[in-house]
Amino acid sequence: MDVHEYQAKDLLGRFGVPVPRGGLAYSPEQAAYRARELGGDAWAVKAQVHAGARGKGGGIKLCHNRNEVWEAADNLLGHTLVTPQTADEGKGVYRLYVEAAQNLDREYYLGLVLDREAERIMIVASAAGGMEIEEIARERPESVHRIVVDPAAGLPTFQARDMAFALGFRGGEIAQVIRTIQGCYRAFRELDATMVEINPLTVTEDGTVLALDCKMQVDDNALFRRPEVADMRDRSQEDPRESHATDRGLSYVGLDGTIGCIINGAGLAMATLDMIKLAGGEPANFLDIGGGATPERVAEAFNIVRNDDNVRAILVNIFAGINRCDWVAQGVVQAVRQTGLDLPLVVRLAGTHVEEGQRILDESGLDIVSARTLKEAADKAVGTLEPTPAAEAAG
Amino acid sequence: MSILVDRSNKVIVQGFTGRIGSFHAREMMEAGTNVVGGVTPGRGGGEHLGLPVFDTVSQAVRETGADTSIIFVPPPYAADAAMEAAEAGIELAVLITDGIPGQDMMQVKRYIRRHDAANRITIVGPNCSGVISPEKALVGIMPTNIFLPGRVGIVSRSGTLGYEAADQMKAHGIGVSTSVGIGGDPINGSSFKDVLARFEADPETEAMVMIGEIGGPQEAAAADYIRAHVSKPVIAYIAGLSAPPGRRMGHAGAIIQAAGEAASEKVALLQDAGVAIAPTPSEIGDTVADTLKVAA
Repeated sequence: MDVHEYQAKDLLGRFGVPVPRGGLAYSPEQAAYRARELGGDAWAVKAQVHAGARGKGGGIKLCHNRNEVWEAADNLLGHTLVTPQTADEGKGVYRLYVEAAQNLDREYYLGLVLDREAERIMIVASAAGGMEIEEIARERPESVHRIVVDPAAGLPTFQARDMAFALGFRGGEIAQVIRTIQGCYRAFRELDATMVEINPLTVTEDGTVLALDCKMQVDDNALFRRPEVADMRDRSQEDPRESHATDRGLSYVGLDGTIGCIINGAGLAMATLDMIKLAGGEPANFLDIGGGATPERVAEAFNIVRNDDNVRAILVNIFAGINRCDWVAQGVVQAVRQTGLDLPLVVRLAGTHVEEGQRILDESGLDIVSARTLKEAADKAVGTLEPTPAAEAAG
Repeated sequence: MSILVDRSNKVIVQGFTGRIGSFHAREMMEAGTNVVGGVTPGRGGGEHLGLPVFDTVSQAVRETGADTSIIFVPPPYAADAAMEAAEAGIELAVLITDGIPGQDMMQVKRYIRRHDAANRITIVGPNCSGVISPEKALVGIMPTNIFLPGRVGIVSRSGTLGYEAADQMKAHGIGVSTSVGIGGDPINGSSFKDVLARFEADPETEAMVMIGEIGGPQEAAAADYIRAHVSKPVIAYIAGLSAPPGRRMGHAGAIIQAAGEAASEKVALLQDAGVAIAPTPSEIGDTVADTLKVAA
């Protein structure tokens, strides 16, 4: 789960990471008030969206008086922000974070990830701040320093200190950087993060170390024990189709095509999407209804897939193991009757009792196209999208 | 022969008396697995499915001589259950549970290093379908009827795609020595490489099928390993050719986050290592059949 910048700063701040002072605003008036509250003579008005590269999308505005703050807020709130990292339709801006602007001397990169190769938390830092880490790794690989933390021992101070020196920090900055790195590590552990990124980590002209922009992702599987973080979920930043499915315990990813997909198992679902593409179609979604393809879950899946207006045909692909095909077929028939399906439906069943399942579909009297193999299913689903001669004649 | 499980494994079920544990314990016994008991803390001393129930894994090992465990414990407690199994001297733990926090698995992987490599537990999973050696033993949740016993090993992240492969192979009359589901999580107990090494060493496995997907470094590591150490034919399919980067496709680990993690990149690496690639998920069986013909 992603959290907003202001939430990440709040969380990291509690672990001793130095963050700039700022305030949240839901309206231009509130934004101007926050600026007055913060004092000073320059402020950054920052759109709070779950996407990176906000600056490039015009989501961060530097303002020099409160009128400018009001106007910047008015221009951002209620609009969508398109950045190099969002989809074309962008993300809605409903919250702003107003911060006192800083006079910066230098910028660095600091990131922590749960590294899949090391199977441990890896801390990555570079003196080439302000760029994306992928870009830094490509263009200035020699500037990248890494620490792999032994989870049994935690992060010893000397490792953080080594990193601070390697990055070229000096004097009074060293202690601040150690505190920042250790704070990030403790937050990562205690909040079940999968990613923490401070980019840029800055040193101001007066020698203060500040985390100017923060990103944080928290492990969905750990939200049960991090209720405070779970409460930070912002549905306005999610695809509504995905929120709806997530709330019902189904795994859904919205895509741009026209063939709605209902599949059991994540791997089989990915494979089915591939097969649709190879057959010349475009999948409308990824949807894994899980191992137990109960009639209730199948019915719920039909509702979710049909909520997408782009869907022109539905492909159901179930490999029934312990839930036999006959039982899954009954579920499909029941779901079609309940939901009054009015789109072409292709069903492919495989596995235990497949003949029996096929027979139930064939004898249901419903307009269901059945398929034996994955390829046949994809071909038939794509085939239903072609206009039939009768439909063309009817005009 | 086979790898990891056969008739000799003495299996306990952690999370034995729960609904899911009970269901699959029964299925495993029907498949011929030697299930010797189970563990549910607080229910020790009782009996379930005609077998003894223990409070702790240590007790179960002491009383039954169990060497293998299958874990159906809910996500908040599953990592702890795996560490308990490791400490009790279990040699193989199959972790079925889906939804274990990533840092819990990080902790498990660190914890098991307390034991030197020779005495270290093998963990398969989490979020997996388990292990089956057809007509010998099932320590997992796979449907047994789709597997023909034979001489091709299967290793797959995805459960259902592993079934798909076995089913397509069965249609060609090709059987399976052992099928291993390694699971869809970012940090897992056994990697592709770990399982491929076992198949390479197993005299009765003639070829191996590897079913990968987007995300993570394990397919690339497998390609390096195959090039250097595997003499038997390998057939692979990688799911997610159409998956957009940055989106999590169902499995916690199925997300393209870095260079080399896309399906097309993994396919290229495997191909370069001499692996026969099934171009579509419908052609896994055909590709295995063709490869075996060429090898024969």
